[in-house]
Amino acid sequence: MLNTLVSLSPSLKFYWLIGGVASLLSIASLIGWLLKSRLARNPQPNEKSMKVVNNLVARVNAWWVMVAVFAIAFLAGKLGTIILFAFISYFALREFMTLTPTRAGDHRALSLAFFVLIPLHYYLIYTEWYALFTILIPVYAFLLMPCISVLAQDTECFLERAAKIQWGVMISIYCISHAPALLLLDIPNFTGQNALLLFYFMLIVQLSDVLQYVFGNLFGKTKVASVVSPNKTLEGLIGGGLSTILIGAVMWWITPFTPMQSAGMAAVIVIMGFLGGLVMSAIKRSLGAKDWGSMIEGHGGMLDRMDSVSFAAPIFFHLTRYFFTP
Amino acid sequence: MLIQFTRLGLIGLVKLLVGANPRWVDAAPSLEQSIYFTNHSSHLDTLALWAALPVGIRTRTRPVAAKDYWGKGKIKRFIALKVLNAVLIEREVSRHSDPLAPLLEALGKGDSLIIFPEGTRRTQVEPGDFKGGLYHLAEAFPQVKLVPAYLNTLHRSMPKGSLLPVPLICTVRFGGTIALQEGEHKKNFLIRAREAVLKLI
Repeated sequence: MLNTLVSLSPSLKFYWLIGGVASLLSIASLIGWLLKSRLARNPQPNEKSMKVVNNLVARVNAWWVMVAVFAIAFLAGKLGTIILFAFISYFALREFMTLTPTRAGDHRALSLAFFVLIPLHYYLIYTEWYALFTILIPVYAFLLMPCISVLAQDTECFLERAAKIQWGVMISIYCISHAPALLLLDIPNFTGQNALLLFYFMLIVQLSDVLQYVFGNLFGKTKVASVVSPNKTLEGLIGGGLSTILIGAVMWWITPFTPMQSAGMAAVIVIMGFLGGLVMSAIKRSLGAKDWGSMIEGHGGMLDRMDSVSFAAPIFFHLTRYFFTP
Repeated sequence: MLIQFTRLGLIGLVKLLVGANPRWVDAAPSLEQSIYFTNHSSHLDTLALWAALPVGIRTRTRPVAAKDYWGKGKIKRFIALKVLNAVLIEREVSRHSDPLAPLLEALGKGDSLIIFPEGTRRTQVEPGDFKGGLYHLAEAFPQVKLVPAYLNTLHRSMPKGSLLPVPLICTVRFGGTIALQEGEHKKNFLIRAREAVLKLI
């Protein structure tokens, strides 16, 4: 069975994966529908469980849309995938900057971040200009954005503003872009299959979130970080994390890794994703909000869905690059 | 066809730039004839509020725009008159004509309106003092609902003199309707109308 899977062509593997995800979502939709109709039969429905079930259904529906968008971008090839992630960065940065108190003096630097930096950075991934890709934002944008802002001569909270803008740009553009940057890695014996590695990464990050949510809702008792993120529980983290690592090991046939390496990579993704979720939640709260936005029904904003991606992607990218490319 | 296409394109562009997500705070969207009045902080205001309205309401709601700006040039005129179906008014008050006449005419035909009672743009969080127009419209058409609205981030998205906007999510908050009370003084009514907008901040 496994040998057949490994020897499938990349595009056949992709169809198997999409089929697998669609079946998982169908099961989730069915469970949501069953829970909903069971609640509807109850003459005095518990308001809290009603809320949880409605949110579950909304989340699953949004997942269908996200998976469809993702599948279309994948089928459109490298350019389609890169454009999709450029838009994800755009929406993430829009949410970050909406909550960040910037001033009129930052206007030009911000405009350039949206309309020049995002296209340029993703263009570098497209043309596989790796060296400039790694330093464009940490070096050039880091130095030039405050240079542009300073011309407005507004010193009120200058350091805070510059720091917050840099954070927003790092998280929303630089970190998230390391997921599609997997496409530019030259991995021996894996040529032409990098899109599958990106699929693997996104699958593991998102499964980790979903399974932690499921385990947390079913068995969650002990809060891990009640102040920062009241929904995260120890039971959710352990149950969701371990099952994700197991799935990661089983999915080794779409990666350049052995099953053990694949489990290790999945573990790194789970841990970084979990911690990233906590950090982003703390930032969100320090900016005075509960959700980053409302663009994805049931989930919140784009950054609520991409918070774990932004922390896991650069580490996963560099581990893969260090250990699996010449 | 071209009009429909441009309309969809404009709405798509506005949503891509600033979101323009509606939030009905103390009110539900209603098809009844209404005057939506809101703070004026950028060039995107009209489009953002218009895009935030549900499509059924949007088609019967006309923004009010300044003739000296939107009446000039072929493209601007096309967008104002055909795409937005705007009511153009003179900003300069002259002795010979009533600047509110086109608005009264539109209300007489049963259209809803979007107006900016401050008159001019002000790139700040709080709206400035309201001018008398809203009062005169409310007096002439007491049955028309007056719906306050607040646009929250557009003064940051597009401050005066900026070339490119900064995309920030604008939530368009709609509040509960207010009405001109029997014998209410103009000044008091305008203060009350402004407070209805301030309450949404």
